[in-house]
Amino acid sequence: MATEAQDAAHGAADAAHAATGSGMPQLDFSTYPNQMFWLVVTIVVIYLILSRIALPRIGSVLADRQGTITSDISAAEELKQKASEAETAYTQALADARAEAQKIIAEAKAEIQADLDDAVAKADAEIAAKAAESEKKIAEIREGALEAVTEVAKDTAKEIVAAMGIKADARTVTAAINARLKG
Amino acid sequence: MASEAHTEEAAGLVFHPMDQFKITPLFGGDTVNWYTPTNATLWMGIAVVVIFLLMVVGSRGRAMIPSRIQSIGELAYGFIHKMVEDVAGKDAAPFFPYIMTLFMFIVFSNFLGLLPMSFTTTSHFAVTLVLALLVFFTVTIVGFVKNGTKFLSLFWVSSAPLALRPILAVIELISYFVRPVSHFIRLAGNLMAGHAVIKVFAGFAQVAVISPLAILAITAMYGLEILVAFVQAYVFTILTCVYLKDALHPSH
Repeated sequence: MATEAQDAAHGAADAAHAATGSGMPQLDFSTYPNQMFWLVVTIVVIYLILSRIALPRIGSVLADRQGTITSDISAAEELKQKASEAETAYTQALADARAEAQKIIAEAKAEIQADLDDAVAKADAEIAAKAAESEKKIAEIREGALEAVTEVAKDTAKEIVAAMGIKADARTVTAAINARLKG
Repeated sequence: MASEAHTEEAAGLVFHPMDQFKITPLFGGDTVNWYTPTNATLWMGIAVVVIFLLMVVGSRGRAMIPSRIQSIGELAYGFIHKMVEDVAGKDAAPFFPYIMTLFMFIVFSNFLGLLPMSFTTTSHFAVTLVLALLVFFTVTIVGFVKNGTKFLSLFWVSSAPLALRPILAVIELISYFVRPVSHFIRLAGNLMAGHAVIKVFAGFAQVAVISPLAILAITAMYGLEILVAFVQAYVFTILTCVYLKDALHPSH
């Protein structure tokens, strides 16, 4: 029953529209205040929702994200910097160690050289001393031999002279032999 | 109604392309007072709820890595924020919530209107007229408050020859006042036309012979209307930004 009544009412309204010559509900000005009122309510509610809650929240989330990304990038940059610093330090340490090793090797070489030189010098000295001693001994032996030769020559000459039956003065013989040996 | 139905039955086809735009009270009765909750009220309320769900409930996690819903909310935020900054300038930032409100309301009304059996609030001149006038008055008031009488230089084209300037001033003045008119008719007209065309094709679908074609046409129109729903919201918003730029920087 109610729906019928409503239909009838609609019919009346439609008739009214037909009377005004407008089939467009958009041009039914009797509904304008209603729509405008509810639109203003809607717009105000949406504005409050957006400006009070949604937009600040989303804005802060976006800003936070931007901040996080920026700080992450800068942290990564820093780490990269640190890594390259560490690499430089490592290379430096390596170079230092190499230089140190070179130095130690050079020192050791110098030391060995010094020791060697010492030893060589000592050995040379010893050799020289021994050579000198030997020379002395040789000289002694030679001298001894010379004397022995003189002695033998005198004795032999005396014997020869005696054997020849000539009495010879020992002094004369010796002088003659000496002169001969010198000659 | 009875007589109408009679004639339509006689014709064999029932066309009610404009019935979808009727404003009817939600809880019975036939008088639409200014406070009566109507189907328009209902769908505006649904738009508010959907916007609340997307922008507030969707972002409640404040997640550093956003959920899908939060991503969409952030996308909308970024889209309008960038538009306001690029078109209206950096100093238009205080108007961002206002422009965001307009965009969200229009885009959601448009898309909700595409649901079958729904009501498209933005297809009504009363609604778009209020939206356009809100923009018009905002822009005009902001223009005078920020620039004083210098705002009038918007109408005085100083780059034109002196003799032409008064004529141009008249043209500029007319175009300034035509802006809200085109602004509101464009939005409502587009939506109304699209929805009406879909209904007309739906009427044709009652005839067996051409119903496959009609249903194909409805599908195609529906796809087009999805595009229109977004594009019209975009156009309304970007024009608002352009007008706002005129108000903030009136020199040509």
